[in-house]
Amino acid sequence: MKRALKPEEAAEMIPEGAVLLIGGFMGVGSPHRLIDAIVARGVGGLTLVNNDTCRPGEGVGKLIDAGLVDKAIVSHIGLNPVTQQKMISGEMEVELVPQGTLVERIRAGGVGLGGVLTPTGVGTLVEEGKQVIEIDGRKFLLERPIRGDFALLDARHADCVGNLEYSLTAHNFNPVMALAADTVIAEPHHIMPVGVISPDAVKTPGVLVDYLLERAH
Amino acid sequence: MDAKEIIARRVAQELRAGMLVNLGIGLPSMVASFVPDGLQVFFQAENGVIGLGSRPPEGMEDRDLTDAGGGFVTAVPGAASIDSAMSFGLIRGGHLDMTVLGGLQVDERGHLANWMVPGRMVPGMGGAMDLVTGAKRVVVAMVHSAKGAPKIVPECTLPLTAARRVSLIVTEMAVIEPTDDGLVLRETGPGVSVEDIRAATTATLIVPDDLGRMSFD
Repeated sequence: MKRALKPEEAAEMIPEGAVLLIGGFMGVGSPHRLIDAIVARGVGGLTLVNNDTCRPGEGVGKLIDAGLVDKAIVSHIGLNPVTQQKMISGEMEVELVPQGTLVERIRAGGVGLGGVLTPTGVGTLVEEGKQVIEIDGRKFLLERPIRGDFALLDARHADCVGNLEYSLTAHNFNPVMALAADTVIAEPHHIMPVGVISPDAVKTPGVLVDYLLERAH
Repeated sequence: MDAKEIIARRVAQELRAGMLVNLGIGLPSMVASFVPDGLQVFFQAENGVIGLGSRPPEGMEDRDLTDAGGGFVTAVPGAASIDSAMSFGLIRGGHLDMTVLGGLQVDERGHLANWMVPGRMVPGMGGAMDLVTGAKRVVVAMVHSAKGAPKIVPECTLPLTAARRVSLIVTEMAVIEPTDDGLVLRETGPGVSVEDIRAATTATLIVPDDLGRMSFD
């Protein structure tokens, strides 16, 4: 049985300077109540790993607005002018990573691999500073693993042992991030009794999940 | 027909039964409106769905079902929801038959630049680098020139999206195929002469004897 945390309890666990893997693609599949609790607590110096920085005032964009993020590792910032301003002014560092590379770097961090070899980025700015490895005559970039102190996930359903089932395009980075952090906190839309989620439908086994966020009141 | 509709209609003629196709945000997404009747193709949205459908009726949106631009969509019968690792596994692994993307510049080698303008616009590459690297066919759908500035150029001055040669360039003025010999003009657009195209293109164009014309039913 997992412990159900109140949002403020979850936010209290996160120290200054933590690396947060947060699920979501333009806010879809992001743990919104957890994000709000972190903003309310105001813990700063964070490194944010997400697909994007969403929009100002939405999803992980709220962490950027509040000035809590020192570094963002993301694939896209085009819809968040606040991120762009902070990047240009030097207030925040942004590491842009091709989306498919980003998810594989997180997966590598989560499954014990020393990195991944990808053809994506060969011959572009992304290649700069990276080792190029030739295999069977084809060039690949060595991309290093990413791990987080915390993974903050959104799920449609959880059961009491923490098994997670996701919804439609709200899967995105969540199942992969569940593997790649020291502490995993999931924010399910519904918490069900054990047995309601079929074992075949479980995408993240509960053994990976440390805490569930309590149901919304 | 305006320029964008000409481009979308012409790109739609590249679709074949059973294809898995990824349409980029903006102009490329218009291609979905011109799929020939009875032709079954599956559209992928890289945020996590195969079998993207049209917009849902007003007020019936599912917040967990969006396209890669964050817009609400539906899913067609036979659709599958997937996480980002699977989504980019399909893209990078050569399982995607065709990707249609916008472009800022394409050059004589068929190299595409579409993810940043240094010092002016740095939205990030999102999934573009993986798509151009991994899709079986890469179709660039873009207006022929940007406010008078040529976009089909001898050599890209903007950072490349990938070192790979794209398969086809479709504009409102022309269909152009990058080859080992250079850019071959395949078709002229409605009401446009070869001279008009040359005047709007700084790259060298090879004009074959069997030059065609775009035709629409």
